[in-house]
Amino acid sequence: MKEAEEKELLEEVTGSEYKYGFTSDIEEDRAPNGLNEDIIRFISAKKEEPEWLLEWRLKAYRHWLTLEEPEWANVTYPKVDFQALCYYAAPKKQKEVKSLDEIDPELLKTFEKLGIPLNEQKRLSGVPVAVDAVIDSVSVATTFKETLAEKGIIFCSMSEAIKDHPELVRQYLGKVVPVADNYYAALNSAVFSDGSFCYIPKGVRCPMELSTYFRINAANTGQFERTLIVADESSYVSYLEGCTAPQRDENQLHAAVVEILAMENAEVKYSTVQNWYPGDSEGKGGIYNFVTKRGICAGDNSKISWTQVETGSAVTWKYPSCILKGDNSVGEFYSVAVTNNHQQADTGTKMIHIGKNTKSRIVSKGISAGVSQNSYRGEVKVMKGATNAKNFSQCDSLLMGDKCGAHTFPYINVENSTGQVEHEATTSKIGEDQLFYCNQRGIDTERAVELIVNGFSKEVLNQLPMEFAVEAQKLLAISLEGSVG
Amino acid sequence: MLSIKNLQAQIEDKQILKGLNLEVKPGEIHAIMGPNGAGKSTLASVLSGREEYEVTGGSVEFDGKDILELDPHERAGEGLFLAFQYPVEIPGVSTTNFMKAAVNEVRKYRGQEELTAVDFLKMMKEKMKTVDMPQDLINRSLNEGFSGGEKKRNEIFQMAMLEPKLCVLDETDSGLDIDALRIVANGVNQYKSKDNAFIVITHYQRLLDYIVPDFVHVLHDGKIVKSGTKELALELEEKGYDWIKEEVAQ
Ligand SMILES: Nc1ncnc2c1ncn2[C@@H]1O[C@H](COP(=O)(O)OP(=O)(O)OP(=O)(O)O)[C@@H](O)[C@H]1O
Ligand SMILES: [Mg+2]
Repeated sequence: MKEAEEKELLEEVTGSEYKYGFTSDIEEDRAPNGLNEDIIRFISAKKEEPEWLLEWRLKAYRHWLTLEEPEWANVTYPKVDFQALCYYAAPKKQKEVKSLDEIDPELLKTFEKLGIPLNEQKRLSGVPVAVDAVIDSVSVATTFKETLAEKGIIFCSMSEAIKDHPELVRQYLGKVVPVADNYYAALNSAVFSDGSFCYIPKGVRCPMELSTYFRINAANTGQFERTLIVADESSYVSYLEGCTAPQRDENQLHAAVVEILAMENAEVKYSTVQNWYPGDSEGKGGIYNFVTKRGICAGDNSKISWTQVETGSAVTWKYPSCILKGDNSVGEFYSVAVTNNHQQADTGTKMIHIGKNTKSRIVSKGISAGVSQNSYRGEVKVMKGATNAKNFSQCDSLLMGDKCGAHTFPYINVENSTGQVEHEATTSKIGEDQLFYCNQRGIDTERAVELIVNGFSKEVLNQLPMEFAVEAQKLLAISLEGSVG
Repeated sequence: MLSIKNLQAQIEDKQILKGLNLEVKPGEIHAIMGPNGAGKSTLASVLSGREEYEVTGGSVEFDGKDILELDPHERAGEGLFLAFQYPVEIPGVSTTNFMKAAVNEVRKYRGQEELTAVDFLKMMKEKMKTVDMPQDLINRSLNEGFSGGEKKRNEIFQMAMLEPKLCVLDETDSGLDIDALRIVANGVNQYKSKDNAFIVITHYQRLLDYIVPDFVHVLHDGKIVKSGTKELALELEEKGYDWIKEEVAQ
């Protein structure tokens, strides 16, 4: 890590509680609260969508009505009143934005405060990163579009993709996460308002990180982004996702869907730093984060790698998964999930081995503090045809204090006798001895916790691109502030 | 430099230190010997501020300051270093990274500027030489999977890096092979100066052939019951502790 970065990190650590907890005064355009077919028609009309998409949404909605909210996760929270939510809130804009100069200055300020450069000249740590910024439900700016277009890469908001590349969207939307997949995915399919779309053509290695920043700003809104990434044959892309929300007393719902398709020889790396508002130290407020993320290694020799650093949200329900359909395809899941105070997280992955010689690797690090509950839930499934499939899972839990909980729920299902599945799990506590050793070397307890936690999470943090790794380390430290001593 | 007066301390209601006195001046080396369970490590823990130990009486002044008032990391900042009898392991944190944090925190405390990465690495290379610290050990997670001797060597390496005024070495010699003992002692001797001081806790006279003490004290039942010069260590090696215990009993 660079010197300056480390110093900055130190300063940040001694700083605030939830520093992204501001709201912005942006004029917004919003739908009346409540959910029914008219609201869905309203959203679809606002977005000038084609008929097939409206039909798709309505189908999802009708199916959603038949479903029950899932209760199997190890989390408890008051039921969401879906009729009290607003399903469309967008920063008001007079006309199509052609350049960044035309964007509402308040909005630009919002992203500046978040440290996200929408200005193309300002690059993260000197490394170019193309950013698609989504505020509430709508994508407000995508940078580096032209540079990417030269290579044939499409990176834009989902709304734009629906207008400009309808054939691609229609071909792939809902192919990995079908509308009827689960309760929240069906809801998302019915009411999603925006998100990012990304297509990497055959043989192209995306020259920069692609990044989407999500922010919830408006009150009482649900945020339902839809992200679709298609990596055509022999292509490569690394994709980053960051999330923040203002501090509010009420809980807010976030139910996103991310779909990834990797064709033959293609590789997709998807990294998330999730820092939604976790609620206050008494457990008031915070985001309900109910997300469906799934990728399919559709072609032979393809690879999908999920990395997530989950520090925010009051309740998290999230299982980024891989369907390993192509022969020799590889799925990876690297996760650090931190829970503090009253946070609850039930997160993990599913690795479905279908093709021959498919491999998967799961590294999950759970850190619990306060009175929080942190569960790993993972499924490894080896289907009949998946000859020589291999999985390795490592689930480690680190406890701080004795009022929190760490749980591991591994499900293993092997239908082909050549399959090899290995599962290792450990639970440890930050020891007084370790803290004292650090203290004796001049390191105070807060910084010591940070060192120990970063050490514990290292294998996962190492998977992140550099700029993100630094941010993630800071977040880990901030999330655990005040949890020892 | 260090002035301990009538120090009394307990752990879980068990009185361990029962009125201990010790004066250490700059440039001095004090050896502390004594039977198992006498309270030697307890003294080291109390000096460095382990929370579990409660000081029930007496005072400790370090460079004129009442260090019992300070948090453990502040005591380190003031220049107190403890080489642990049982160094702990910290998985995932390399010795390099750990030392970088420690050196900079201590420098901050002392009002010095943080070292740049280049200066830090230079300093590390230099100090590594003084205890023959191999590079691969430095890159590995702190003490994780280190042999007993490697851990002890790492303690002395850290001591050299942090530039303390008073070094308390708690059985740094135990677990060392003959060559490692010489190397570690050599590291200590290179660091030793007229401005710093050492308290060396040991069971074996052998170490004192390399690190020559100005004073040897016998700690028994929470007190220093006999003090002398290095000849006392030879005498203990020969006769054991019984004669001292008898002397005390009279
Ligand atoms: N947590 C504790 N509860 C009760 N007694 C304790 C505790 N920790 C240490 N002691 C006791 O304190 C006494 C002094 O221990 P200490 O470790 O200081 O001895 P020592 O002189 O360093 O011995 P050694 O030469 O074996 O290292 C011992 O009798 C030990 O059992
Ligand atoms: Mg001892």
